[in-house]
Amino acid sequence: MMHVFPFIVVAWILAVGLYGVVTSRHLVHQIVCLIVVQSSTYVLLLAVGYVTGGVAPFFYDVPVHTPAVDPVVQALALTDVVVEAAVTALLLAFAIQAHKRFGTLDPQELTELKG
Amino acid sequence: MTGTVAVTTPYSVPVPLMDVLQVVVLVLVAAGATAVVLTRRPVRQVMVLSGYGLMLAVLFMVFQAPDVTLSELTVGAVALPLLLLLALAKIRKKEE
Amino acid sequence: MTPATRRWVFLIAGAGLVAFYLWGLTGLPGFGAYPGPYGFIINQVAVGQTKATAVVSAINFEYRGFDTVGEEFILFVAAAGVSTVLRHLRGERERSALDEARDRAAPPTSDAVRTLALVFTGPAVIMGWYLAAHAQTAPSGGFQGGVVLATAFILIYLSGQFLLFKRVSPVAVTETVEAVGAGGFACVGLSAVFLGLPYLTNDLGLGTTPGAIDSSGTIALISFFVGVEVAAAFVLIVGELLEQTLLIRQETR
Repeated sequence: MMHVFPFIVVAWILAVGLYGVVTSRHLVHQIVCLIVVQSSTYVLLLAVGYVTGGVAPFFYDVPVHTPAVDPVVQALALTDVVVEAAVTALLLAFAIQAHKRFGTLDPQELTELKG
Repeated sequence: MTGTVAVTTPYSVPVPLMDVLQVVVLVLVAAGATAVVLTRRPVRQVMVLSGYGLMLAVLFMVFQAPDVTLSELTVGAVALPLLLLLALAKIRKKEE
Repeated sequence: MTPATRRWVFLIAGAGLVAFYLWGLTGLPGFGAYPGPYGFIINQVAVGQTKATAVVSAINFEYRGFDTVGEEFILFVAAAGVSTVLRHLRGERERSALDEARDRAAPPTSDAVRTLALVFTGPAVIMGWYLAAHAQTAPSGGFQGGVVLATAFILIYLSGQFLLFKRVSPVAVTETVEAVGAGGFACVGLSAVFLGLPYLTNDLGLGTTPGAIDSSGTIALISFFVGVEVAAAFVLIVGELLEQTLLIRQETR
């Protein structure tokens, strides 16, 4: 059971985050649910690279040939986390502008595209 | 890979105990994600997001990824809630 | 489409998505049985080739350095985008903010918050520098160090010294620092091209001891530039969002 449990948790986080995005009534709430969806990808990346009984891939105080977990997915997840913050900042700037233009933050009322 | 620990440092944990730890933290992360989505008021949701970021950092640590833990701690528990609260303050001031 | 209909449509579609997702995920080798050769090869080879004991940073700045250039420029563009999107707001609100400021009582910052924030500013700067400078030895690196460095500046704002925050990090200086960080990274890669090697080759001398400060050639240098750039980008973004809330406070002083 342990060999599929993290993937089930990833699917759950994805589904819950998507539910929040779809049924949201406030733009900032929607942005936070998008953050939750993104965090499911970090968990998936790290779960794919895990080696049972492996140590962290830093060989400062362990000998070089100890079995370690995969470092490539960690490198991907690391830069991903910081970039997510920058993209969220941009989305927030758009939300502030939308509130200023249309007076409402309800995404279900911001549906029509104005010319 | 055998089922035993690869190298015995003073801090290593036997594999079954590691499994239990991982399952517990995974369940907490799933509960945290549900809590973040189900909190509707934005300011409260930001606080719950900060706690969720902390729980994610613990999960990354248990998955043997200290680099990603550092990133998630500084970004997800500090910088992101700060940005969100600033944006909320800006929006709320326009409504007055 | 009413919200209730929307919810039901999503539940049906979401159930289908999750079913396919789980079916795909069970095709993976189980959790902990990582088969791929790439991770194992890098673990064996990285310390010998780059003399850096932190394999993750070696991957970020050496083996897959080109990806990191792209990701750093994502940050750069996002900071510029936030400035652009919010620029129109700032000019427009300036007039009415002055009138509102008269009858607005901003509460003073409590002493506990001020003390804590000022006490932690120094250690935050030191921690940020340490993290950005030790990318090749320990679990640290430019990205984490840069964000910690940015929080040191934000602590100054939180302690109530917002005018000091604006003086310490004026927009022109922060933008220049950010450009130096981003451009510095690109130029370190170009320096290899001038020697006739491919872009971003490690052309500085690799030290002798793995994991020492002067080992691993360009990895430490690139990590320093990335740290500076990330810190400046975050300070810019927070400064843009703070502009509007600061304007009110500045008039009551």
